[in-house]
Amino acid sequence: MDLSIFWFVLIAVLWTGYLVLEGFDFGVGMLLSILPRGDAAHREKERRLLVNTIGPVWDGNEVWLLTAGGATFAAFPEWYATLFSGFYLPLLLILVALIVRGVAFEYRGKIADAAWARRCDLAIQVGSWVPAILWGVAFANLVRGVQLDEAHQYVGGFWALLNPFALVGGLVTLVLFLLHGAVFVALKTDGEIRARARRLAGVLGVAAVVVAGGWAVWAQLAYSTGWTWVAVAIAAGGLIGVLVANRAGREGWAFALSAVVLVSAVVLIFGSMFPDVMPGLGGGNSLSIAEASSTPYTLGVMTVVALVLTPLVLAYQAWTYWVFRRRLSVKHIPAPVGLTWQRIKDAAF
Amino acid sequence: MDALDLARWQFAITTVYHFIFVPLTIGLAPLVAIMQTAWVRTGDERWLRLTKFFGKLFLINFALGVVTGIVQEFQFGMNWSEYSRFVGDVFGAPLAMEALAAFFVESTFLGLWIFGWDRLSKRVHLACIWAVAVAVNLSAFFILAANSWMQHPVGTRFNPETGRAEMESIWAVLTNSTLWAAFPHTVTAAFLTAGTFVAGIAAWWMVRLARTRKPENVELARTVYRPALVLGTVTMLIAGVGVAVSGDFQGKLMFEQQPGKMASAEALCEGTEAAAFSILTIGDLSNSCEGVRHLIEIPGLASYLGTGSFSGPDSYLPGVVDVQESYTERYGDTDDAGNPVSYTPNLALTYWSFRLMIGLAIGSVALSLAALWFTRGGRVSDNPWLARIGLAAIPMPFLASSFGWIFTETGRQPWVVAPNPTGIDEIRLLTLRGVSTVVSPGMVLTSMIVFTVVYGVLAVIWYRLMHRYTVEGVPAVVHDDSPEARTDDAADRPLSFAY
Ligand code: HDD
Ligand code: HEM
Ligand code: HEM
Repeated sequence: MDLSIFWFVLIAVLWTGYLVLEGFDFGVGMLLSILPRGDAAHREKERRLLVNTIGPVWDGNEVWLLTAGGATFAAFPEWYATLFSGFYLPLLLILVALIVRGVAFEYRGKIADAAWARRCDLAIQVGSWVPAILWGVAFANLVRGVQLDEAHQYVGGFWALLNPFALVGGLVTLVLFLLHGAVFVALKTDGEIRARARRLAGVLGVAAVVVAGGWAVWAQLAYSTGWTWVAVAIAAGGLIGVLVANRAGREGWAFALSAVVLVSAVVLIFGSMFPDVMPGLGGGNSLSIAEASSTPYTLGVMTVVALVLTPLVLAYQAWTYWVFRRRLSVKHIPAPVGLTWQRIKDAAF
Repeated sequence: MDALDLARWQFAITTVYHFIFVPLTIGLAPLVAIMQTAWVRTGDERWLRLTKFFGKLFLINFALGVVTGIVQEFQFGMNWSEYSRFVGDVFGAPLAMEALAAFFVESTFLGLWIFGWDRLSKRVHLACIWAVAVAVNLSAFFILAANSWMQHPVGTRFNPETGRAEMESIWAVLTNSTLWAAFPHTVTAAFLTAGTFVAGIAAWWMVRLARTRKPENVELARTVYRPALVLGTVTMLIAGVGVAVSGDFQGKLMFEQQPGKMASAEALCEGTEAAAFSILTIGDLSNSCEGVRHLIEIPGLASYLGTGSFSGPDSYLPGVVDVQESYTERYGDTDDAGNPVSYTPNLALTYWSFRLMIGLAIGSVALSLAALWFTRGGRVSDNPWLARIGLAAIPMPFLASSFGWIFTETGRQPWVVAPNPTGIDEIRLLTLRGVSTVVSPGMVLTSMIVFTVVYGVLAVIWYRLMHRYTVEGVPAVVHDDSPEARTDDAADRPLSFAY
């Protein structure tokens, strides 16, 4: 196999890692004020419970994105350049969302104050909803094709990115991440919130079948190749499996299957793009894998690095999930240890 | 302002901002790991208290280092897409390696360290913070490999068909002499920053407690803060020597590799032997060296920094005018759009940032001398001057690092990839050719405003948290002897740490 094709696949793998892992982070973030119930104190405990289900892992999950970005730069500089300068404003929104979200996770507990916690919750939610939608918009545009000039520069402007197909694509990632997050919460928690997450996952699963199924068929008929029907079929089967497993209380299975759905989504997206990395709108001026790729030497170097390091990363990340495998419930949430606002204000050197 | 100026401002703002947090992360991670090692090996709880105290400050800082780093990873594509096209084949590789080899380790093992206090054995938990400490330094290596290549491109050929730089040898890129000067310099500067931070805080606390004259406070000052002050001071001393030695080495390299940077660092107009190092210079700040007057000078020192000789023919330093001439001869006096190019960087900026970088080390020097004196022979000091020097010294190495970068990066102008005097001429790129062509000034302005506002707010929060958690002092160690504390996984025991 040509190394550039191998790298196209590897970049798809990195995005898969990102969407599967940060997908549930986004889901949990979006559900932050949807799942908790009860009086104010209990809701606060449940919100902290949710944040702590992903506390030890969210940053490691996000590095899959950084690696996908860095690897695209190394293996397909033209793609990196065209994509990120072309999708400038959506990417800006995503970056700001990721910034406020990360800071909110880390600083939420540092100040014990209800208003502060509300603000951080807002940042976590905005920081989860915005990328959950925009990643879908971006990828749907890649499936559909974008307006490129002969130099492979994106010339479509911002509004052209908000076409109906892309907007529905945004809904697809949104609902898939919500589902993935709900299933994750059911798997990682115990008590009432677990039951609520399962009920919600049932509803979201049905929504996902409609939205994602509809979009996938649209993509297949309008923009994709024949063989990616396989991915659509697996995704459909996966979604039904999620619903069945969720009903049966098999939360581990439900989570694994919802990951399979996300994997198939990546296969569908990258399969439709192939052999281009940035298909042109209507097929014009497409940027192909071959045109975008680095030299065989650079790809060879990066291949060695990736083949050595990626298995290690998978091993220690898996170990982390094993270390923190215990289900959490509200009784595990200790009293807040942050300092009060008053103390922060009173600090005096 | 056009898109180019805006993109440059934006890059300068976001990168300098990122580098406020980076040096503290790089230096403090190993120091926290050392504190925790001391605890694990001796069982002495003072070190546990210090680990938790500085560990918390480390985490508050780390969070901002991470989120501002995300922007860095994508900025090259957003604002510098033509640059990315030209260099990607070479420059992308160290960036990707950094993510794979360093970022994954630091983020994953930091998560384990934060939440793992009661989940992991003492030794495994300790290994986690060491993994973080190694990884942050490794990340510095890879990103500096990328940056050093822009300063001094090696291991690369030019492909006329694709019009881009292509890597010939990763080995050459990773053994770039510029990298092996910049890496020790940056890392020792980071250790100087962290050493000053730890020593400054410990000094302030020691004096504060000692002044209460309560025996239990003085005891705390003696047993907890004094050792921290010693650790910080030793770090400062070693790192300080390292910074000076590596900086001296960098000066020599710079003389060979980017003579224009050296000349403008000295605001040296005409080439001369035995060039003096000026401490104060006045005159016309517009970009001409003609109106410059050096008021206070140290004879021969500038020549020494660049060449290793104080006087004689070996000490010849070319001036700004000579460099301008030789570059014009070699690369023409217009860019490919026909506009005139000046090969002289911003003189005032390079001159002053170079001096401020070196000069701001004075805070750490003063603090280490004061600490050595006031704590000699096991003493606990209550001298308010020690506390004052400690607090005043803390921000200085941060500023010095920023000025170091401002010097390195603006002194490279007008190049974004500076030509290697002993390499191939085609491997060079003017900054103005690197900027994205499809991104409008309005878009860059929007993102610049957005980042500046968000970063401004974050800076306030970061400062207040660092400040308050410092004033809280070392936490007490709680011994939980209740029966729940000894039950196993299935138990209802609350998390030892939770957000
Ligand atoms: C000399 C060191 C150094 C320099 C010059 C830079 N960084 Fe940095 N960066 C680090 C040293 C570092 C670090 C010490 O590894 C950080 C700081 C805090 C942290 O969490 O890791 C980090 C964090 C960090 C992150 C977040 C990693 C995570 O999520 O764990 C990214 C994506 C970048 N950086 C990317 C960049 C890029 C693209 C730079 C070039 C413009 C850059 N950094 C300059
Ligand atoms: C090691 C990784 C780094 C890389 C790859 C890098 C790369 C670049 C690039 C592409 C530019 C834009 C072109 C230009 O205007 O020169 C630039 C400019 C700049 N960078 Fe860096 N940089 C790095 C690190 C830093 C750091 C850590 C700082 C400061 C803390 C810094 C400070 C600046 C400044 C101040 C400019 C503006 C210079 C000017 O426009 O005159 N850089 N750098
Ligand atoms: C004896 C004192 C020092 C000397 C002779 C010195 C020398 C230098 C030189 C020549 C450069 C430019 C390298 C280039 O552009 O090729 C540089 C850059 C830099 N300096 Fe210093 N320096 C000194 C002290 C410091 C101090 C105290 C700090 C911070 C605590 C510091 C932090 C930096 C940083 C972060 C850079 C940019 C990164 C790099 O190029 O390594 N330096 N220094």
